[in-house]
Amino acid sequence: MELSTEKISQEKNKQYTTLNLGPTHPATHGIFQNVLTMDGEIIVDAVSTIGYIHRAFEKIAEHKPFYQVTPLTDRMNYCSSPINNMGWYMTVEKLIKAELPKRVEYMRVIIMELARIADHIICNSVIGVDTGAMTGFLYVFQWREDIYELFEEICGARLTTNIGRIGGFERDFSDVFWNKLDKFLKDFPAGLKEFEKLLVRNKIFMDRTIGCGPITGERALNYGFSGPNLRAAGVDYDVRQMNPYSSYQDFDFDIPIGTHGDTYDRFMVRDGEMWQSLSIIHQAIDKLKNLPDKKSFHADIPSFYLPPKEEVYNNMEALIYHFKIVMGESDVPIGEVYHCVEGGNGELGYYLISDGGRQPFRLHFRRPCYIYYQAYPEMIRGGFLSDAILTMSSMNVIAGELDA
Amino acid sequence: MTKPDIEQIANKLKEKFSHAIISQEQSYDYPVFVVDKNELLHIIRFLYEDENFQFRYLTTLCGIHYPGTEKPFALMVQVHSLIHNIRLRFKAFTSDNEPRFDSLTSIFSAANWMEREAYDFYGFHFNGHPNLKRILNVDDMDYFPMRKEYPVEDRTRYDKDDTMFGREKAGYKEMN
Repeated sequence: MELSTEKISQEKNKQYTTLNLGPTHPATHGIFQNVLTMDGEIIVDAVSTIGYIHRAFEKIAEHKPFYQVTPLTDRMNYCSSPINNMGWYMTVEKLIKAELPKRVEYMRVIIMELARIADHIICNSVIGVDTGAMTGFLYVFQWREDIYELFEEICGARLTTNIGRIGGFERDFSDVFWNKLDKFLKDFPAGLKEFEKLLVRNKIFMDRTIGCGPITGERALNYGFSGPNLRAAGVDYDVRQMNPYSSYQDFDFDIPIGTHGDTYDRFMVRDGEMWQSLSIIHQAIDKLKNLPDKKSFHADIPSFYLPPKEEVYNNMEALIYHFKIVMGESDVPIGEVYHCVEGGNGELGYYLISDGGRQPFRLHFRRPCYIYYQAYPEMIRGGFLSDAILTMSSMNVIAGELDA
Repeated sequence: MTKPDIEQIANKLKEKFSHAIISQEQSYDYPVFVVDKNELLHIIRFLYEDENFQFRYLTTLCGIHYPGTEKPFALMVQVHSLIHNIRLRFKAFTSDNEPRFDSLTSIFSAANWMEREAYDFYGFHFNGHPNLKRILNVDDMDYFPMRKEYPVEDRTRYDKDDTMFGREKAGYKEMN
């Protein structure tokens, strides 16, 4: 707390209060510690301490074959883990120069956009909770539940999904999945409209969030912001448009941007993105229908794509591949790649150095939360304590991603 | 403003910092420049300030350890020109066991925690960093865990018995 003592000496008669917000404060949705220097209810200064759930993912990843790295990525931004999984697969696919069928890429787009909706639902409804509107939060969780059921239909897991394989999916999407997806796409817009009606033009909500925790576009760029938080500040940087991956160049979608970079703008950008995600999913379904290819759900890379279980039990070659892949004995090229995807919170990057061995030689995660959370003290300085809570939830700081 | 190609940027860098650019290669879709560690800050600052290039977004920064080589420690920096959508990667190697680099915090606020992470895990020091201390690990840790010589098993724990799995007990050597 060097800064605060300096300030105290400047104004001799003024007394500041030091307030520990966290590490386990019920209002901060996770383990975050901020030591605040308060002048009454105004925040004079803040110091963030992070690392409470650091799990050494980068170190562990250096000792795991490529497939076993996937569960680690799940546990970063666990609100949208399918995006993390697929970002990791795409990194490996880039390294081994795998060509994916269009059908697989469109299927991935559907899953990633569903994950984005699930991520933004949580963030936006939690902003509602922190302004005192619990109702919306409880309503929209139904839709998150529906999305998790869709994930469950594909991979059997809900939160930490470990979804798919290097090169595609473990099996084709079932009819149950398509039916459930149709139902979701039919019902969700009404639910989202209802949620919007509750908050978007609500006077109390607007008074509470407009001008709360603002940041300019210039500062946000300098702080390395990405994702909805950067776009709320007026910078239209979206990895899906800038460096399209998984055939995002085939889709037609807008990038919602804000102007002031405050909590309301962040809320509105996420809200707009949910509509765009819905439109992308519709487009992907149409494209899948028009593709001549109706069957493929993985790339033809036998030394990386795990063979189906029934073949492993009955076919010698499949058994050999299964063991080679599980033990990490497939030959990988030597080289270094960086691949980034637009995660729920922004540019999620994987920097992978391969020395040709069974594990990554070095794997660095560019975690958007970690990079933009350092701007938090600057954003809350001069504001109220209750605004600080709101700013944090609107930045969607996920402890798992923050601490790796 | 026309989009400069990688050749143009490379030529400009070689013209300005001829002695500092050690090598240039294309690694998958990224141009990688290996540069002199003492000039890294100046190169990044030049790219940031140049009106034609405008590399004003720091994507990521991390340490790398290549044990057994002449210069075992490397700092990787990736910058992005959002206007032209060009990404560049820089690597600066050093043989020093307590590597020292110039901090990029004077250009990018984002470098603050990234450099603290590199210090925390690799023991890199950054000249001019405002608050260089551990960030994710505990403050009283006395080693840099991402260096290759440190095993995944926590050397500070003596209660884990892995001998059944053919491994020495963690911390066994230190105890005896």
